[in-house]
Amino acid sequence: MTPATSTTPPTAPAATRAEICVVACAETWRGDGEVLAATAGVVPALGARLARLTFSPGLLLTDGEAMLVAEPTGPGRIEGWLPYRKHLSLAARGKRHMMMGASQLDAHGNQNISCIGDWNRPARQLLGSRGAPSNTVNHPVSYWVPRHSTRVFTERVDMVSGVGHDRAAAAGPAAARFHELRRVVTDLAVLDFATPDRRMRLASVHPGVTVADVTERTGFPLVIPDEVPVTRTPTAEELRLIRDVLDPRATRDREVRA
Amino acid sequence: MTAAPPDKRLTLEEFAGRITSGMTVGIGGWGSRRKPMALVRALLRTGVKDLTVVSCGGPDVGLLAAAGRIRTLVAPFVTLDSVPLEPHFRAARESGTLAFEEWDESMFLWGLTAAAHRLPFMPVRGGLGSDIPRHNPRLRTVTSPYEDGEELLAAPALRLDVALVHMHRADARGNGQCLGPDPYFDDLFTEAAEETYLSCEQLVDGFEGPPQTLLVQRQNVTGVLHTPYGAHFTGCAPDYGRDEEFQRAYVQAAKDPEAWAAFQERYLGGDEDAYQEAVGARTGADGPGRDGRGRKDTPA
Repeated sequence: MTPATSTTPPTAPAATRAEICVVACAETWRGDGEVLAATAGVVPALGARLARLTFSPGLLLTDGEAMLVAEPTGPGRIEGWLPYRKHLSLAARGKRHMMMGASQLDAHGNQNISCIGDWNRPARQLLGSRGAPSNTVNHPVSYWVPRHSTRVFTERVDMVSGVGHDRAAAAGPAAARFHELRRVVTDLAVLDFATPDRRMRLASVHPGVTVADVTERTGFPLVIPDEVPVTRTPTAEELRLIRDVLDPRATRDREVRA
Repeated sequence: MTAAPPDKRLTLEEFAGRITSGMTVGIGGWGSRRKPMALVRALLRTGVKDLTVVSCGGPDVGLLAAAGRIRTLVAPFVTLDSVPLEPHFRAARESGTLAFEEWDESMFLWGLTAAAHRLPFMPVRGGLGSDIPRHNPRLRTVTSPYEDGEELLAAPALRLDVALVHMHRADARGNGQCLGPDPYFDDLFTEAAEETYLSCEQLVDGFEGPPQTLLVQRQNVTGVLHTPYGAHFTGCAPDYGRDEEFQRAYVQAAKDPEAWAAFQERYLGGDEDAYQEAVGARTGADGPGRDGRGRKDTPA
C-alpha cells in the first residue's frame, strides 16, 4: 500500500486548498461505522478513502461500479458485490452516508440536480433527480460544491431533487423519520444546519478565506456565528496519504483551483 | 421424437415489425451501459412513434428522442456516464418536444417490481418531500394499515408492453445470461413486460458459469436476436467496454444539425451490418478495437 519511495520531501509544502477540502470531506464520515461512503466527485471520493484509511476504518467503499473494494488503495481484492438493486436496498436501510453534488442548494438544504429553470420547459436540462429524493429521506447526506457561488447557493431551487429540512418537515413523519443532512463542504468553507430552525450555518472557513468571501458568494443569508473557526489543516500523515498513496497524479487540483 | 421448447430466434426486421406506435417500451441497461442498442437502431429504421419509453436512460433515449419517437419518457435520469449530460435528451426537454415523467431511482425499482408481481403499486419512502410528486399528478400516497400509520408514496406499477434487454449469452429458447458486474433492472424489465425481446453477444446451446448469472428466463421472452456488438457504443463488460471515442463523436455531432445529419448518414443510414461495418471502418480492421482497449474477446 505504501510506495517503495516516498515522493513527499521531509519538509512538505503546506496543504493546498484541494487538500484541505479532501480532509473536510473526510471529516463528514467521522464516527460513521460500517456504512457505505458514497460519493460524487473527485475530492469527496478521496475524502472517503482517507477517512477509511485513518479515523473511520469501518467504512465501505465501492469501485464506482458494482464491487465493494477491500482496500481503498489501488486495484485489489473485492469484499462484496453491490449492484444497483442491492445498493438501493442498502440505502433504504440507512447503511449509507452519501456526499452528493448540487447544481442548486438553498438555505434549508433543498438540492437540485434535475434542471435549471421551469421544470416544464427547462432552460437547461441536467441529469434528472436520480436517487436524490430517496437518498435524502433514507440516510445521512452531505453535499460537495467545488465552486462556491451564488449560482449554486440560491434562495430557491428550481426543482427539489434532494429534500431539505423545511420540505421534509412539511411532508410529514415518514419523510422526516430518517432525514439527516450533515454538512456542505465547498472550496471556501464548511457549512452545516446546527441552528434552531435548521437553516444553513457557516461552520468554518478554509484557511485564507474570509467570512465575507463566503457570504458574497452565497445567494441567501447564512447564519454566521460570533466566532467562525478555521477549517482544520491536514496532518502530516494525511498529507502523505493524499499525495503519495491516494492521489499521486493530483487529480484533486482539477476539481479545486489552487 | 420428443418435443422441445420453441425456437424464438428472430431477425432484427422481424423484431422491429412487432413494435407498434403508442406502445410502452421498457429498455434495460443503465446510462451508457449494456443498452440493447441494436434493437434501438432497428426501431429507428421503422416508422414507429409515440412511444412511452421507460428507461434508466442513456443513448437509447437520446437516439429515440432525436428521431422524435418518444411521446413520454419515464426515467430517473438520462446520462452517458463518462459524459454526464445526454445531448439529445437535453435538446428534447429544452425544446419541449418530450413529455417527461421524472421518477426517483427507488420509485422506479419498486414500480417495476409492482408490475412484475401484478400489484397496482408498491409503497416507497423515496419521493416524499421532493418535487417529484408535484410534477406528476398521477402519483398518490398510501397510509400504512399497521400501527406505524406511515403515509408513504405509492409507486405505481410500471407495466410494459415490451421490454428490450441485451445479455452476454442467450439460447434460442430465450434464456439469457448476464456476465457483467451488474444486472441492473434487466430481469425486472422482462417480468414487468407482456413481451420481451432479448438480444445477445453470443448465441449458445448451453450455459457455462455460475447459476446466478442466468438472469433472464424463457417464459418471459418472446424473441431472441443474435447481435454481436449489439450494445455498442455503450459498454458490455466483460465482453467489451464503452467505446468512449465513438461516444465523444456522438456527443460532438449532436451539437450541430449538419454534423448530426452526417453522423446519421454515416452510421444509421443502413442496417445493423452496415452500422457495424461503419464502426469497424472507423477504428480500422487492425485498429484499437471498439472499446479502445483492443479486441481481447471478440464475440462469435
